[in-house]
Amino acid sequence: EDKAPERWGVNMPRGVTEVAQTTYDLHMLIFWICVAIGVLVFSVMFYSMWRHRKSKGYKAAQFHESTAVELVWTIIPTIILILMAIPATKTLYDIYDTEEADLDIMITGYQWKWKYDYLGSDVSFFSNLSTPRAQIDNQLPKTSNYLLEVDEPVVVPVGKKVRFLITANDVIHAWWVPDLAVKKDAIPGFVNEAWTRIEEPGIYRGQCAELCGKDHGFMPIVVKAVPQTEYDQWLEKRATEAAKMRELTEKTFTFDELFARGKEVYNRNCAACHQVNGQGVPPTFPAIAGSSVATGPMKAHLGIVVHGSEKNPAMQAFGPQLSEADIAAVITYQRNAFGNDMGDTVQPIDILNFKNNQQ
Amino acid sequence: MATESSYYVPEQSRLPIFATIGMFLIAFGAANWINGGSAYIFFAGALAMATVLWFWFAAVIRENMAGLNSDQLKRSYVWGMGWFIFSEVMFFAAFFGALYYIRTFALPWLGGEGDRGSSNMLWQGFENNWPLMVTPDAAAHGDAAKIVGPKDIIDPWHLPLLNTVLLLASSFTVHVAHVYLKKNKRNAFNLWLTATVALGFAFLYFQAVEYYEAYQHLGLTLESGIYGTTFFMLTGFHGAHVTLGTIMLLIMLLRSVIAHHFKPNDHFGFEAASWYWHFVDVVWVALFIFVYVLGG
Amino acid sequence: MAHGPKPGLSRWLYTTNHKDIGTMYLWFSFAMFLLGGCMALVIRAELFEPGLQIVQPEFFNQMTTMHGLIMVFGAVMPAFVGLANWMIPMMIGAPDMALPRMNNWSFWILPFAFTMLASTLFMDGGAPNFGWTFYAPLSTEYAPPSVTFFIFSIHIMGASSIMGAINIIATILNMRAPGMTLMKMPLFVWTWLITAYLLIAVMPVLAGVVTMMLMDIHFGTSFFSAAGGGDPVLFQHVFWFFGHPEVYIMILPAFGVVSAIIPTFARKPLFGYSSMVYATASIAFLSFIVWAHHMFTVGMPIAGELFFMYATMLIAVPTGVKVFNWVTTMFRGSMTFETPMLFAVAFVILFTIGGFSGLMLAIAPADFQYHDTYFVVAHFHYVLVPGAIFSITAAVYYWLPKWTGNMYNETMGKVHFWLSFIGLNVTFFPMHFVGLAGMPRRIPDYALQFADFNQIASMGAFLFGASQLLFLFNVIRTIQGGKKASDEVWENPEGLEWTVPSPAPYHTFSTPPAVR
Ligand code: HEA
Ligand code: HEA
Ligand code: CUA
Ligand SMILES: [Cu+2]
Repeated sequence: EDKAPERWGVNMPRGVTEVAQTTYDLHMLIFWICVAIGVLVFSVMFYSMWRHRKSKGYKAAQFHESTAVELVWTIIPTIILILMAIPATKTLYDIYDTEEADLDIMITGYQWKWKYDYLGSDVSFFSNLSTPRAQIDNQLPKTSNYLLEVDEPVVVPVGKKVRFLITANDVIHAWWVPDLAVKKDAIPGFVNEAWTRIEEPGIYRGQCAELCGKDHGFMPIVVKAVPQTEYDQWLEKRATEAAKMRELTEKTFTFDELFARGKEVYNRNCAACHQVNGQGVPPTFPAIAGSSVATGPMKAHLGIVVHGSEKNPAMQAFGPQLSEADIAAVITYQRNAFGNDMGDTVQPIDILNFKNNQQ
Repeated sequence: MATESSYYVPEQSRLPIFATIGMFLIAFGAANWINGGSAYIFFAGALAMATVLWFWFAAVIRENMAGLNSDQLKRSYVWGMGWFIFSEVMFFAAFFGALYYIRTFALPWLGGEGDRGSSNMLWQGFENNWPLMVTPDAAAHGDAAKIVGPKDIIDPWHLPLLNTVLLLASSFTVHVAHVYLKKNKRNAFNLWLTATVALGFAFLYFQAVEYYEAYQHLGLTLESGIYGTTFFMLTGFHGAHVTLGTIMLLIMLLRSVIAHHFKPNDHFGFEAASWYWHFVDVVWVALFIFVYVLGG
Repeated sequence: MAHGPKPGLSRWLYTTNHKDIGTMYLWFSFAMFLLGGCMALVIRAELFEPGLQIVQPEFFNQMTTMHGLIMVFGAVMPAFVGLANWMIPMMIGAPDMALPRMNNWSFWILPFAFTMLASTLFMDGGAPNFGWTFYAPLSTEYAPPSVTFFIFSIHIMGASSIMGAINIIATILNMRAPGMTLMKMPLFVWTWLITAYLLIAVMPVLAGVVTMMLMDIHFGTSFFSAAGGGDPVLFQHVFWFFGHPEVYIMILPAFGVVSAIIPTFARKPLFGYSSMVYATASIAFLSFIVWAHHMFTVGMPIAGELFFMYATMLIAVPTGVKVFNWVTTMFRGSMTFETPMLFAVAFVILFTIGGFSGLMLAIAPADFQYHDTYFVVAHFHYVLVPGAIFSITAAVYYWLPKWTGNMYNETMGKVHFWLSFIGLNVTFFPMHFVGLAGMPRRIPDYALQFADFNQIASMGAFLFGASQLLFLFNVIRTIQGGKKASDEVWENPEGLEWTVPSPAPYHTFSTPPAVR
């Protein structure tokens, strides 16, 4: 069901929703009208460039005005434009349809990942680029969905009107999936609305479409459209997992467990800025290796990871983004990797307590 | 159209390159200062710029007195000043436009009204009011909020009203001065111009009092959300322009008193300063209406 | 007043001569074109194939941003001001610009402003990396410290533009020779009059928006922060209120240049002079009410989308009038195709193609698919490179003999044209395809299906860039010597500039000529 990407593609996809197909038709209509005008205008031009050359001995005429023709070529384009505006207006009204939706998903753009909250349920997760760094750095061959693959796709049922409530946590992003013809800016502090009704089950890929900083090119979107029953099962499963995650908070981990889990969490969430080797890209993205935070008091370390940095907005608050278990793991990892060798650990329950005491 | 046979084109001049250096030092120095560096470069630039302007205007005045400036050339100065004032109008338009957008679109949306009313889900408890006493941050986050609104705002019918009267009066006095200048009544001109400058200073004084009040007692600051932002940016840029205008008029006064410049039929320096002053006055009227009266 | 130029460096530093200043503007602009072009080549080299090869994403963003800023503010705008300086006084029979000292000031600000801008590349945290449109809050809360220097360099560039524009308006309105009525002015003068008006109207708005940024970054204001009651989208409205007229600032003088060249080489008067004037004015007027077509995806109410869509589409009408008039001027002319004419004809074709893609972008629901993709990049390079840049190149070939007294090498000019023409289309045409197929702009790395066309585009860019060296060489050789040009240079060209000797004397029209 996952189409291989088409090489040498020259046109917009037809898409898998009614709106996408109407948009495609509109695009083609305008395109062909422009081609027709172009052919007309350029033929006249090439004709005179060919026939009315001095080298052929052609003598120049001296006319230089004609109100009549000028009126004609003011009025005809105006009429053409009106003819274009009619279907464009209709399509726009379709897109702005405000009829009640069957399902609401809140989409939040983060530097550089998307968060999906299924409103009315506990299900909420982040969706990160899953292409391995080594492919980007040309150390491994690139696989077919290079840069268009994520760890957790957003799952929606087919045939249902899904409404997206789109916002952002830091800078402006834009949520765009060409096959759905949905592109909407995600603006911090404001909520934009968009909707879709997907007709065919399948996997549809898109990308962030507003420059949002360093890894703007690395925050893809994957939408998985499935039949309603499959969707219900998926939602159920995700809800159970969320509950399990809460249980993990109670558990005590060994150092090795924390370190291994932490490495994964680090590479997924931190390495984009602080780099896989912990060297960072100073001054905006400081190194973890030998950093005063990772080798200093635990409390300050918890503080910056949970609440983010006051001074440097590039360091986000991970408290609301990661589970307690993941935060504990990643902090443990940072304090013991990259030659930091602090030898200490922190448990999920400590994170929970820290968060609660800070409220 | 132009029938004059000669248009004075100065041969060469060191003024512009020094003006460039001054301007560059101001810009670079300001950025350096704001970013935490020292302020010296900025002040060196300001000094350089002031010096260059001094010599530049002196040169123009000298040329005029030497009779080099034809009527046609003087018209170039007239066009120049006119379009400069137009550019200033557009600068203020950007800030008035921002105020309009915020009040008509952004705040209603944040407060849950209209097309993008779902934005309110990010700021639960926020209500759209103007003046904005409770910011979205304060409404949604209570004590944890970083941007909180002012406790109170400036009452338009006290100092601002007084200032309106002062500025309108000064537009009148500068006009009267102009009339006397054209009638070649030097003393009356000086007197009415003095009154104008005095009114300018008085305006600035009361504006300073108002700012002091706002910062000390009302919690109304640049940081108190969009109300404080628009209030101080609009009145602040206006105040800066009043300052500049007052200095310009003061210089005209000194030129008249000390050097006996200006003739009844030739006094463009003064005229330009007075146009600028009228422009500043018109901006104030707009401010008084849109920021103070309709904002209170 | 019959003096020639002063010798040495002081000639350039202290000059008040419109020709000297025009020359400096043109050389400065060319230097910026090379600098901005080298940045484009970094971009194209990185995009040659998928994966990160030669630069890291953070530096890539700096390149994109600086490329856009330098090309727009450093290459195209100063080039047109340079042409205005050289030609307007000669075209209207004036002895010089209206305010010659301010003219020198306007120019010399630019090298300083751009030195300051370029120096941000070496600052801690790097140069501006938020695109030439610098949307908040990426350019405020999340910006590198160098943003402060960027803001102040924009301020002084703006001051330079405003002073330059005031000077041009004052010159045109006040310095015309007797008999040179407004409706007798060459179109280049008309287009510049209207451009200068646009500049004075919108540069202060740009100054306003960067000032708002400065305040938000350093002084705690809330213009662009919802927490305090502001709105990031406010930034975009103010920016594009400047930004859209800005793109016409970069094309109206080009229309003027082409309207001068085509009649000369068609040996036939320009068709529809007065409708050309009205069309230019209409474009300028409309340019103030279309800005939000850059913001169709920000979530505007539908009434806003419709208004901005309709208003934008309307611009096709006056622009069409221009295109039709050019074509009709050629129709039944007696045409030759010297280098300036080749560039002018290519301008008409390729600009129109860029206009068509602009019209497609104006269709709001379709723009939801096009926005922020390479389709937009293709659109604006078609109107800017074969638009603005080609017209500037054409103007240089056209007037160079008048400036230097020497003929340029025609063969080399033609080779330059064809290499540029091919290189440019190979570079920018495939961008339509990858854009429609879904490639976002401003990304340093891309999915595999975009690889083939990107490779082609990158090769085209190097061809186009390299061919500009030929231009540079040709111009330098012409300045040094070559076949002497006659006073008329071309066959019966229209305009006062052709009535003075070639090279044009240091001071022309110290006494105004009589205009029939
Ligand atoms: C010289 C610069 C220049 C010029 C002249 C234009 C001209 C036009 N532009 Fe372009 N534009 C840019 C520079 C320019 N643009 C830039 C730099 C950007 C991107 C900014 C950024 O985001 O970085 C941009 C982006 C841009 C967008 C936003 C796209 C997006 O981000 O989603 C839009 C949308 O409406 C648009 C539309 C138009 C239109 C309708 C015209 C019209 O003026 C074109 C009119 C011309 C014609 C139509 C052809 C000739 C006409 C005829 C032959 C008559 C008959 C024709 C018909 C009836 C169809 N432009
Ligand atoms: C007038 C304006 C102008 C001009 C002339 C150009 C010219 C070129 N631009 Fe332009 N470009 C913009 C304005 C302009 N651009 C703007 C506004 C943006 C948007 C920025 C943003 O997103 O914020 C942009 C963005 C932009 C992008 C998209 C970047 C991205 O989204 O990440 C690309 C990608 O290919 C590109 C390529 C080019 C190329 C190859 C040229 C070529 O035409 C350049 C040719 C010139 C040279 C190459 C230099 C001269 C030659 C030499 C120095 C000799 C040495 C060379 C060789 C031997 C090969 N530009
Ligand atoms: Cu997120 Cu671009
Ligand atoms: Cu535009």
